[in-house]
Amino acid sequence: MSLAAAIAARDPDLLPSRRDEDWRWTGLRELIRIVPPPSPRVDQIDANPLLTGLSWPLVVFANGRALGEGQISVPAAARAGFVRRFASVSAGAGHHLDAPVTLGEGARLVLIDSFEGRAEAYLASASLGFDLAADAEVERIVLLDDAQDAVSVASTIVGMGPRARFHQTVLAGGAKRQRFETLVRHPGAGAALRLDGVYVLTGKRHSDQTTVVEHTGEGGVTTQLTKGVAADQARGVFQGRIVVHRGADGADARMAHHALVLSDRAEIDAKPELEIYADDVACAHGNTVGALDEASLFYARARGIPDAEAKTMLTSAFLGEVIEGILNEEAREVAGQWLKARLEALA
Amino acid sequence: MLSISNLSVSIGAKPIINGLSLDVPAGQVHAVMGPNGAGKSTLSYTLAGRAGYEVTSGSATLDGENLLALSPDERAAKGVFLSFQYPLEIPGVPALTFIRTALNAQHKARGEAEVSAPEFLKRVREAAGRLRMDMDMLKRGLNVGFSGGEKKRMEILQMLMLEPRLLILDETDSGLDIDALRIVSEGVNALRAPDRGMLVITHYQRLLDYIRPDRVHVLAAGRIVASGGPELALELEREGYDKYAQGGRAAA
Repeated sequence: MSLAAAIAARDPDLLPSRRDEDWRWTGLRELIRIVPPPSPRVDQIDANPLLTGLSWPLVVFANGRALGEGQISVPAAARAGFVRRFASVSAGAGHHLDAPVTLGEGARLVLIDSFEGRAEAYLASASLGFDLAADAEVERIVLLDDAQDAVSVASTIVGMGPRARFHQTVLAGGAKRQRFETLVRHPGAGAALRLDGVYVLTGKRHSDQTTVVEHTGEGGVTTQLTKGVAADQARGVFQGRIVVHRGADGADARMAHHALVLSDRAEIDAKPELEIYADDVACAHGNTVGALDEASLFYARARGIPDAEAKTMLTSAFLGEVIEGILNEEAREVAGQWLKARLEALA
Repeated sequence: MLSISNLSVSIGAKPIINGLSLDVPAGQVHAVMGPNGAGKSTLSYTLAGRAGYEVTSGSATLDGENLLALSPDERAAKGVFLSFQYPLEIPGVPALTFIRTALNAQHKARGEAEVSAPEFLKRVREAAGRLRMDMDMLKRGLNVGFSGGEKKRMEILQMLMLEPRLLILDETDSGLDIDALRIVSEGVNALRAPDRGMLVITHYQRLLDYIRPDRVHVLAAGRIVASGGPELALELEREGYDKYAQGGRAAA
């Protein structure tokens, strides 16, 4: 059951359904009755103004097909920065893509993955693999800018060698249905994983950030911080599962999800799960959903800041904590601009 | 300047202020003193426009304009400044950003030009120097991790930057040691001006040693029960509030 399988077979019965526990808040079978035809081939796409200031090499996919080289390989000990664009440019069409990334021992990569909707009502599916050899490091920023009428599912599958580091920050703007899954097999062995996320949702947009982390070896560290805001009739979903398998002793896993609801009709669904089968494990999760703090809002207004501006300021500060965690300065700058634009749409 | 007439305020169904009248002319400092529960904070929040404080009768005007019809930010733009008893911590918003946003919002509301970044920084440095505040404190999240005294200094810094016309100090002396009290008071006194009024709300007389009032009013059970010169504050310090409290407590 997956969007990819349904697109390939043009069979809606293959779509994940609300009845599948992991898809209860993002059911697709209930939404899509006819799977549209394959997206046409396109040979070029327009520039993305948010990314034009970056000097890193571009990898471009349009309607699921790579324009040029689609694979990223960083040799041992090398350093690289890449921008990958996944553009959906045809309305009423569907596509799936596979895009692998491999890093040799001690290699380091900063990667911005930009999902861009340039048409309405498309189905987009992506399978994104990361294979990190020992001591390799990835800092990845994901921008999810799907069209509001689109359905988009992207799965990231991460394999890490000893002492590898994978640090991901997902910035999601939602779609009709938007799901971003990150599945990590954590070897322990000094490897460190950080999965962060932000979502800013307006209108009837929906966004689902789902993570599954499997600690399989001793002494692994996982840190997760997702923060989001839902206005209007939007819906934010966070599902985080951390499994500490037998033998993964000494794992240290912390997961936090905090959300603001800005309207009575907006909805946040959160399911943090810890499954622990090992000893001497430090695990914790925290989850809060609430409104903007009235006292802080009044304080700002009593100093002369109008209501809408004060709300934007406080929301930006709330979400900004996640952006501050991005280590690469250029990537952090892009993420900050993304957030600013989304917050302006919120006001 | 500020004119409050027969004001009554309820929180929920509970009346807190009951027919309070008070005038603060321009150029004067008026102190409002009273025991806990007298309605001191309710008065300051009502003047600043906090939600949940329901005015059931009476009026409050600033230079003849009805304050109660304005939103909190509109009141601020008209020149009302409430120094909070418990200033808020706002993580992720540096104090410099907060103050500049407030200043420019007020300028915009009044149809004045924005303050340029260099001019703003110059003025902040001067104000911070006067209050013996380190500029590094202004680059961190507003009030985050600050002591009570530091938060009060930050209130006064904002006051110096925003140059309000009506200053309302709500228990500004609480949580201050003697040095901080002196520095904060110097900051407030620097703002004394013929076109500015101040309402100093306090439980203790101590603050009034530093910020000399023209008039002192006693607030008890939601109304002004006595008014006098600065000597009234000294009397309250000596004799307490018992004689102004109502019913059985006065008899006891």
